[in-house]
Amino acid sequence: MANIQETIAKQFPEVEFAQGETLELNVPDAKWHDVAAALKNDFGFDNLRALIGMDWGEELGIVCYLVNSKTYEMIRVKVVADGRENPFLHSVTDLFTVAGIYEREVFDFFGIKFIGNPDMRHLFLRNDWVGYPFRKDYDTNPTLNPVRLDHEETEDTTVEYVEGADGKIHKEERVIFAPEDFVVNIGPQHPATHGVLRLRTAVDGEEIKKIDLYLGYIHRGIEKLCEGLTYPQTIHFTDRLDYLGALMNSHCLCMCIEKALQVEVPRRAQVIRCIMDELMRLNSHLLAMGTFCMDLGATTMLFYALRERETILDIFEKTTGARMTFNYNVIGGVRQELADDFVSDVKKLLEIMPKAIKEYNQVFTGNVIAKNRMEGVGVLTPEAAVAYNVTGPAGRSAGWNYDVRRAQPYGIYPELEFDVVTCTEGDSMARFKARITEMEQSCRIIAQLIDNIPEGEICAKVPKVIKLPEGHWFQEVETGKGAFGCYIESTGTTSPWRMKFNSPCFCLAGVVDHLCRGQKIADLITIGGTLDYIVPDIDR
Amino acid sequence: MEVTTKSMPYEDWKDNEYIESLVNELKASGTNVIVGSLDKLINWGRSNSLWPLTFATSCCGIEFIALGAARYDMARFGWEVARSSPRQADFMMVAGTIVHRMAPVVRRLYDQLAEPKYVIACGGCAISGGPFKNSYHVLKGVGEILPVDVYCPGCPPRPEAMIYAIMQLSRKVKVEKFFGGVNRKENQKEFLKNHPISETTN
Ligand code: SF4
Repeated sequence: MANIQETIAKQFPEVEFAQGETLELNVPDAKWHDVAAALKNDFGFDNLRALIGMDWGEELGIVCYLVNSKTYEMIRVKVVADGRENPFLHSVTDLFTVAGIYEREVFDFFGIKFIGNPDMRHLFLRNDWVGYPFRKDYDTNPTLNPVRLDHEETEDTTVEYVEGADGKIHKEERVIFAPEDFVVNIGPQHPATHGVLRLRTAVDGEEIKKIDLYLGYIHRGIEKLCEGLTYPQTIHFTDRLDYLGALMNSHCLCMCIEKALQVEVPRRAQVIRCIMDELMRLNSHLLAMGTFCMDLGATTMLFYALRERETILDIFEKTTGARMTFNYNVIGGVRQELADDFVSDVKKLLEIMPKAIKEYNQVFTGNVIAKNRMEGVGVLTPEAAVAYNVTGPAGRSAGWNYDVRRAQPYGIYPELEFDVVTCTEGDSMARFKARITEMEQSCRIIAQLIDNIPEGEICAKVPKVIKLPEGHWFQEVETGKGAFGCYIESTGTTSPWRMKFNSPCFCLAGVVDHLCRGQKIADLITIGGTLDYIVPDIDR
Repeated sequence: MEVTTKSMPYEDWKDNEYIESLVNELKASGTNVIVGSLDKLINWGRSNSLWPLTFATSCCGIEFIALGAARYDMARFGWEVARSSPRQADFMMVAGTIVHRMAPVVRRLYDQLAEPKYVIACGGCAISGGPFKNSYHVLKGVGEILPVDVYCPGCPPRPEAMIYAIMQLSRKVKVEKFFGGVNRKENQKEFLKNHPISETTN
């Protein structure tokens, strides 16, 4: 780290440094692109994990987290834009492909325009939306943005802001679909998009030429809502992002707040959280597998998968009282004691899972139709996985050996034995199989813990009124879909100044276009299903 | 007249006053013998084969999937034929949050449903905006844009609650008069007149 600081400081004397959780760089916009290039090419920070729009009151800007895909080191970069009227920043889309949609998100919510991003359109909001809702001075008057029942116009062109040689910025038009393109609209209401996702797809016969992604059909503005609530009130929202990773998401937010408060979570709570996380992962993979098979026409598999899922839901329900939105993790630990027969129920589940997994493989994985539909379809390379920030089973099956549980260990995961499931094919089959293998690993983790749940408190003592000190924190966990992150910026009050949920599904949706080009239109279903994105997690 | 479904005794329903008021309305309008029995036959058929539109935007939709699976098995009631096309469905189960960008789409789906059509608002979000009520981008219930027939509270409602809601709907269908008169389509028409789709401005 010291090495990075020295070299960068020599090359770019304007850059300021600080040491927080990670090394922190404060870069002026004029140098941002060059610094990013140096970080990527000289120090291997090739993965843009998060690009977070910020409104600090006086100034707007972004905060980025960059990860070295090999050593898993992380650094934070802050870039401030000039003024509030018409703020511009330089884009890093050419260095990190995923920046393309991240920057569009920031543009949509904060109105910061990125010079050099080839597509500066709204991403989540209607294109006739008035104002930038995440700015602190946003006008919430409902007459400005009433519920409109007319359809917005669909555009075939977009704009790019280009900096001329004289430093002047001008607009240039970019074509998304040419008039001769044959464009099929898929979604937002389509049974195979797994939620309300809209894909405008240009096809040439059966072959996909390009996909244009429309998000926001379930954008609930959760991050903005959090700014008006106290910390304990924000936790339940995480259950409703990726509702199949509810416990893992809330685990993440709780850890982030605990880190800021410097609360030590009792050992018993840690173990319970870990078991619950893994049960949740089983739940998530089961449903992903079931609905995916149904999309391919194998409805039986859905029923088989849901059968095991119901067993898991019963375990959850006995302890937490809910089947889906649990509200189980709280700041400092967990809410309730385990149910009396928790241990015996989980043991029963561990007994039936290996048999069930064998059955799934017999019914579906070896099936010749399944093989033909999945093998060699939608191949993701490890380089593309890093560039598009595809984490989780999808990234690992492409050969990028990244699992937050190992890369940025949290909770009691360092003590546990499990394999990070990696393979190299990167096709739909690999992604599908990776989930099944991960289910085996989750069972292995639970088996290590279930007999060793220590006695003790389930929740640490925390103050009645929770106030975070001034500062910022970033915490990640591995959910069923990939690396889920929480970013909190606090000004020392009872509610966050900015809370950002960095969702893995957002990046998964961003890679669809890349994977589908040149494939058949029917493969869109296979690719989308094996990527397994949850749309409310994309849109937040 | 006791309006109920096969699987549930009349006394077990929680809101019989409402259904009785509908029955009285039906009686007050008077019935012709032949048309009356035809009505009964048609309503018997329709109330036992309500086909939902597969429409889910978020968390509540997952419980709707669970409703279709073996444990809760909505096939028992004749609702399992979930259609992906609104043209073939009888009712729309609005399961999940409806946001500004989605609103025109929901309305279009509703308009595409073939008459007679019904709407169930399923879950806190579809009823009132639920936990996201204060958001700049969330509708305060689907009732803002569609005429709702049955509300099903919960976050998410348990599959049992969803069964109860659809059974309520099938009760409502039973006290309709198919040939003219009381089929409550007047209310729907009025609602839609008050919530017009404004002309696209461009
Ligand atoms: S009511 Fe609750 S469970 Fe249903 S969509 Fe809304 S937040 Fe999700």
